[in-house]
Amino acid sequence: MRITCPVCGERSAAEFSYGGDATIEMPALDASPEAWNAAVYDRENPRGAHAEFWQHAQGCRCWLKVERDTLTHKISSVALVGKAAGKGRS
Amino acid sequence: MRIGTPIAGAIRSAVNRTTIVAEYSAFSLLKNALTGNRDWKPAWRAAVPKPRYDVIIVGGGGHGLATAYYLAKEHGITNVAVVERGYIGGGNVGRNTTIVRSNYMLPANSHFYEWSMKLWEGLSRDLNYNVMFSQRGVLNLAHSPAQMDAYARRGNAMRVAGIDSDLMTREEVAKFVPDLDMSRDARFPIHGGLIQRRGGTARHDAVAWGFARGADRHGVDIIENCEVTGFLRDDSGRITGVETTRGEIGAGKVGVAVAGSTSEVMRRAGIERLPIESHVLQAFVSEPLKPLLDTVVTFGAGHLYVSQSDKGGLVFGGDIDGYNSYAQRGNLPVVEDVVSLMLTMFPSYGRLKLLRSWGGIMDMSMDGSPIITTGPLPGMYLNSGWCYGGFKATPASGWCFAWTIAKDAPHDLNSAFTLDRFHNGAVIDERGAGPVPWHH
Ligand SMILES: Cc1cc2nc3c(=O)[nH]c(=O)nc-3n(C[C@H](O)[C@H](O)[C@H](O)COP(=O)(O)OP(=O)(O)OC[C@H]3O[C@@H](n4cnc5c(N)ncnc54)[C@H](O)[C@@H]3O)c2cc1C
Repeated sequence: MRITCPVCGERSAAEFSYGGDATIEMPALDASPEAWNAAVYDRENPRGAHAEFWQHAQGCRCWLKVERDTLTHKISSVALVGKAAGKGRS
Repeated sequence: MRIGTPIAGAIRSAVNRTTIVAEYSAFSLLKNALTGNRDWKPAWRAAVPKPRYDVIIVGGGGHGLATAYYLAKEHGITNVAVVERGYIGGGNVGRNTTIVRSNYMLPANSHFYEWSMKLWEGLSRDLNYNVMFSQRGVLNLAHSPAQMDAYARRGNAMRVAGIDSDLMTREEVAKFVPDLDMSRDARFPIHGGLIQRRGGTARHDAVAWGFARGADRHGVDIIENCEVTGFLRDDSGRITGVETTRGEIGAGKVGVAVAGSTSEVMRRAGIERLPIESHVLQAFVSEPLKPLLDTVVTFGAGHLYVSQSDKGGLVFGGDIDGYNSYAQRGNLPVVEDVVSLMLTMFPSYGRLKLLRSWGGIMDMSMDGSPIITTGPLPGMYLNSGWCYGGFKATPASGWCFAWTIAKDAPHDLNSAFTLDRFHNGAVIDERGAGPVPWHH
């Protein structure tokens, strides 16, 4: 599996570390324990399209949002997240 | 290999001459050998779904089959069907590296896995099927004084729970596993280890086939090539059966034991989110060799476990690939990692050829511990969250799940393995890794 980093280009998946499901929105700090438990523990875990975070830990160290199919491992999009969102090569 | 005493077997096969499913004995082996092995009977019937059962188990892996077996044997509930999407043995039960151990530290896990160990110790006799359970020991290597301390703590916790464990010095390890690289200047020098001598391996296929045959003998229908595509409900919302690729089947109770497919199957019952992620774990086997490793060894400064199968292949594996996956194949970084750890431990294995590698989909729970519970819907029961370690759990998982289904309440041994522990702070995080399933 290779991931095309918007900063560094196409690299082996070995250079990246996984950050998990990117669809989870962390609740407000004063949200109910139930809302926090759900965000921390409950996952959709789809067989198919999955939005997920990866960090290019052994490259530019940017965090990326990757759309990948969990059955075929095919990657359909990679984007920078955080302050760099929207930047980088496409 | 012991296949029951010949005389008892011969008598049994004489008595059962009219049965349609296979009996094995020295006599039947000889007879079939002399007649070209053309007369073997299938080990279980190819059942056709009936309109209704008292209990339906979704998933014909080790856990589903064991559940059906113990429902019949322990609770007298025999109007049971096991509904399997593919064929018996095609899931993780036939893909794992077959290590059996009960060297846990947290009480809920240690008692549960020790009960499993005790069931393993009598399993071949109980099923009258040789599952080739071999208590050759499971040795965890330590690579620093601190790790020796941690192992002493774990070993003591095990002993307090009535489970065998022994610390081994460096010299004892060197003698016990002569091929290990014991050099003092190794990158991760071996300081000693913790061994559970009652641990070992079993023949995975035989476990699936033995439980399948045992369940079948009690009248359980094993329905292969039958995928559950949905769930039937009555007006109150209670689950009353399943929709399958072979039609609707009614049921008093439905137990789900589908390992890596848990989220997808439960979604068909309207449960959209669970504390489970599916991840791929790879395993590897070398070309067959003469006996050279008579125990199970695990590396302590990375993740690698290796044993030698009865066919002679070295069977080994390491970490999960580490990202959500439903593909029963992994990627190369893990192959490289596993092979390099293997050569770190056993430099002399460098000349061996790799015969095969494959993957299976793990139901990784958020705390690394399993779920065996009533619910989450009325009429439904859930068995999941086995991570890497569900093969050794097979007998106890089936035993506890059967109890839970029969009595509508968990046994003491699985009362901590609830689904709501993730929402009430009672998680069982053996590794202390937090809610990150790919770190368990
Ligand atoms: C490579 C690898 C190595 C492992 N090594 C070890 C080890 O050394 N020791 C250990 O203790 N554990 C190990 N495990 C873990 C262990 O194999 C699993 O935890 C355990 O087998 C899971 O339970 P099971 O046998 O019931 O699963 P499975 O055999 O996967 O059974 C689940 C069944 O459900 C069926 N199913 C799915 N969806 C549906 C549907 N919609 N309708 C009907 N049926 C359906 C599947 O086809 C499958 O047959 C390993 C796993 C893998 C993959």
